[in-house]
Amino acid sequence: MSTGLRAQPQPLERVGLQGTVAVSGVSRVYPARDGGASVPALADVSLRAGAGELVAVVGPSGCGKTTLLELICGLQQPDAGSVGGAPAVLMPQHDLLLPWLSAQDNAALALRIARRPRARARERARELFAELGLDGFEAARPHELSGGMRQRVAFVRTLLSGKPVLCLDEPFGALDAITRAEMQGWLARALQRDRSKIGQRTVVLVTHDVEEAVLLADRVVVFSPRPGRTVAEIEIGLPRPRARTDAAVTALRERALIALGLGVR
Amino acid sequence: MRRRAAHLLPPLLLAAALLGAWELYVDLGGVDPAVLPAPHEVASALWGNAGLLWQNFKITAEEVVLGLGLALLAGFALAVAIHFSKWLRRAVYPHAVGSQAVPIAVIAAPLVFWWGFGIFPKLVVIALICFFPVVVTTVDGLAAVDPDQLKLLRTLDASRWQAFRFAELPAALPAALSGARIALAVGVIGAFIAETSTATTGPYAGLGREIMSDLNNLQTPREYAATAVLFVFAIACFHALTLAERRLAPWTANRPTGETR
Repeated sequence: MSTGLRAQPQPLERVGLQGTVAVSGVSRVYPARDGGASVPALADVSLRAGAGELVAVVGPSGCGKTTLLELICGLQQPDAGSVGGAPAVLMPQHDLLLPWLSAQDNAALALRIARRPRARARERARELFAELGLDGFEAARPHELSGGMRQRVAFVRTLLSGKPVLCLDEPFGALDAITRAEMQGWLARALQRDRSKIGQRTVVLVTHDVEEAVLLADRVVVFSPRPGRTVAEIEIGLPRPRARTDAAVTALRERALIALGLGVR
Repeated sequence: MRRRAAHLLPPLLLAAALLGAWELYVDLGGVDPAVLPAPHEVASALWGNAGLLWQNFKITAEEVVLGLGLALLAGFALAVAIHFSKWLRRAVYPHAVGSQAVPIAVIAAPLVFWWGFGIFPKLVVIALICFFPVVVTTVDGLAAVDPDQLKLLRTLDASRWQAFRFAELPAALPAALSGARIALAVGVIGAFIAETSTATTGPYAGLGREIMSDLNNLQTPREYAATAVLFVFAIACFHALTLAERRLAPWTANRPTGETR
């Protein structure tokens, strides 16, 4: 079931989006290079995300989080187990905006790839820019934007792919703490808006920031160090918007840290 | 205005210093003026032969511009073909390198045999001399695209062609233009080789031919005057290419490049 689902292109926005992710018993080993040992990235990992669910995966660096997302997006094939679900799009840690395109053209890239006329594609990008507080930056080149703004444009590009599953790979990992806090609030609102308009978009968010996971996710999955495997699953079940100072948030954060082996000093 | 002066002043000062030293060297009897004419003699030859040099310059300039255009076109097309086909890369690359070792005089005869005394065999010679740096820089530029970028395009369902059009092609453009600048630097001397190794009919045969005949007739000052024209022309072409790069690849504008100003 794994590859066939992603083979047919199935864009774009406003299609009734019903996304699920079903990863079961997946292992992935990177073969040895230059006489070194082979590197096991994931060992018997299972992950499910229902339609409209936001699942956060937290774990130390090198626990195979990025590998997991690339498997879900069909960029890699598992060595064992199966990966299934709806078509998924990746938002990488580094924005990877194309320096030769304006912000709106970067955001509309998926629409251009789907051979929409440029004017229509830009119009769609501009609508989202206006709704997500990016208006005025349509014509800016990526190098003129701050790191936070670039990630916003990259997120709009991800939304406009029209795919039902969004895989966010440490989207704010490269930002400073203050910008990151700002962006977490922005992303929560953007996803809220997306849900009310587009429907059941599923999100898999990979992060090493436990607080970010608790603030944004419906469910947090905790990974062990390499090779990554699931060591805990925490249902969040708190109403949104959530404050990082809220007692329930800090309690869940504590639980996740303990699962990571970082709870006790 | 100030910035303009800041760009123009250093090369002019250096030129003045070098010409001054040269003038002194010849005037003080360091060398026979028939071997190395003094700059003032070259200047008066330039002035006195302005019409002749201008007519020859027009021919050489046309050869350089068209020959370079042919080299860029052929080099770029070959680089793209090599980029898409590993087989072609293996088949073509060694021969492209080898072609750079072929003395033009060796192949001049068949070129003239095929295409006559007109401009075309000269363009082929210039292109042959210039295409190689374009191929090398463009191939490297196309391969240097961020693999994560290509991964991203794949998750956006881009086809191979779209990955090329949206990522690889623009990413390679600055490198290709660097190749063009190297090509241009050898293009002017390429025109000299082209003119002197192939036959021409007509009253003017270009600055290269002019230099060779002056050399043979001991018209040393005019020979140097013609060379000075080539010197300035190369700088002008380089500058034009830098301006073109700013137009074609504006995203590299905040990155230092080899400018002539």
